[in-house]
Amino acid sequence: MDDRVRDSGRPAHSSNMVAHNTPPLNEHEGLLEIRDVAKTYSGSGGEKVVFESINFRVSRGELVALVGPSGSGKSTLLRLILGQERPSRGELLLDGESLGYPDIRRGIVPQHYGLFPHLTVIENIILGDRLDCGWLDWRKNYRRLRERADEFLEAADLAAHRDRYPYQLSGGEQQRAAVMQALLKDPAIVLMDEPFGALDPGTRERMQVFLLKLWEERKKTILFVTHDLEEAVFLAPRIIALSPYNWQTNTIGTSRIVYDKTVRDRWRALSTESKKDPRFTETIEQIRDIAFEPDRKRQVGDFDDRHLSEFDTAGAEETRGGG
Amino acid sequence: MFKRKQYLFGIHADPPTLIAWCYRIAPFVAIIVLYHFISSAYLAENPDGKVFPSFAMMGERMWEMAFMRDIRAGSFPLWADTMASLRRLGAGILLAALAGLFLGLNMALFPGMRLIALPFVTSLSIIPALALLPILLIVFGFGDLAKVVLIFLGLTFYIARDIYSTTLEIPKELLVKAQTLGASEVALAYRIVLPLTMPRLIEAVRQSLGPAWLFLIASEGIASTEGLGYRIFLQRRYLDMATIIPYVAWITSLAFLFDRCLAYMSKQMYPWKR
Repeated sequence: MDDRVRDSGRPAHSSNMVAHNTPPLNEHEGLLEIRDVAKTYSGSGGEKVVFESINFRVSRGELVALVGPSGSGKSTLLRLILGQERPSRGELLLDGESLGYPDIRRGIVPQHYGLFPHLTVIENIILGDRLDCGWLDWRKNYRRLRERADEFLEAADLAAHRDRYPYQLSGGEQQRAAVMQALLKDPAIVLMDEPFGALDPGTRERMQVFLLKLWEERKKTILFVTHDLEEAVFLAPRIIALSPYNWQTNTIGTSRIVYDKTVRDRWRALSTESKKDPRFTETIEQIRDIAFEPDRKRQVGDFDDRHLSEFDTAGAEETRGGG
Repeated sequence: MFKRKQYLFGIHADPPTLIAWCYRIAPFVAIIVLYHFISSAYLAENPDGKVFPSFAMMGERMWEMAFMRDIRAGSFPLWADTMASLRRLGAGILLAALAGLFLGLNMALFPGMRLIALPFVTSLSIIPALALLPILLIVFGFGDLAKVVLIFLGLTFYIARDIYSTTLEIPKELLVKAQTLGASEVALAYRIVLPLTMPRLIEAVRQSLGPAWLFLIASEGIASTEGLGYRIFLQRRYLDMATIIPYVAWITSLAFLFDRCLAYMSKQMYPWKR
């Protein structure tokens, strides 16, 4: 079991507790800290509470996948972290500092529109540096910055496409360039919003391996949002699942974190072969049961403990005990 | 199974290049031939008639306008008129494009600017610009300024609204991405969004060419001493269709040339905009 789950000084707890009894956060222990964050939208149809109290942290160098079914609020949470929206309550900290509007501390790789269509690949990659420079500085440092961008292009195997426009690239090439563009500015954390969601399965797998290698080499802090469990389990050592589904009470309501665990093990290699490992499938089923498929758990009595870890079974037992 | 190849009708029509060009030219040829017959018939009835001059009469008149110096003005009327009109048109369109771009882009990006300017721009864009012409003539006199201002007022708000909606359509992801790459608000507006809207600006200017010519010809017709519009309205008094028709054709050719130049420019400068 992950220390993150246990360091409250209590043994494993119910999934309810994950949301409400998250251990106190030590300053600077986590790079990104989400503290008691709530988000409510008000509209003509009344108030829509997306989530009431979200707590987690992401440490430096971690690759964390944030998963959840559609409507669970993972994109909302990402927008809050990115600074596109303000939380209704709570704090979002990066390196101990409160987060505000989007800035260079957070890189983003979205699913679509990852690259600027009017710039070539090399211009896209170098854009971050270019925006830093005045015209004179740019001319002075052009060669050095271009060489640096070329290195990034080489790393992404895009050197041959450096002078092409995004529309001339395949989906996978575009996303590789978008990842490198975000990395070039060396942000404290890279936020990825289903970056491979629009790719075909083959390209998607290659991109997953590409990202994993990149992360192994550079150890950037990455928060990877996806609704694809297989992708999440393959990529991320740690998975946080957000879900509006409460399997204990069999109700759907406000989203909360129902799963936060380090699943990475030695079995996961930098190869898609690891997807054949039974533990890989088991982990996916476990998260799916808890976060994704309310219908399968309509009867708590039907719950199959096989998929539950110590962390989750506590909650299941509580529910059973309570009737 | 494919049906017989369609050359003209049907949604799968795909004529060979030569035939396609014939199709393009056909309406022009038809109008010329039709006019020729009407003119011939008319002149056979009225040998001194002025309403439907022959092509030869029009050619002769245009030769005089283009290559015979006007004694009073000391210039070649066709070229002097063309230069005067293009000067006014160019200034009006250029100023309108710049102002429309600035207004539209900033209204879309900055909520404060939107609050101040959008209702104002929307209201002004509804006013028929030609209705302002008498006011402009009174305020700015009979010189170039009134005509340039008319074109400016007639186009600016249309272009501003066009750029405004184009800027709003830029995916939010790109704007956020630019900010995460270090773009300040000014850099975001003028180094990221501006280049993205430029192809649309050219398109908006292309679509404004028709109204721009309309404003120009109307204002020149009412108060001017030179210009293509002035000449057309002047010759109207003498029923000089041999001048008016070629002048209209000349204006059409200039407008067509402008349009093609802008389209070519857009294609060359913004190859990413497919």
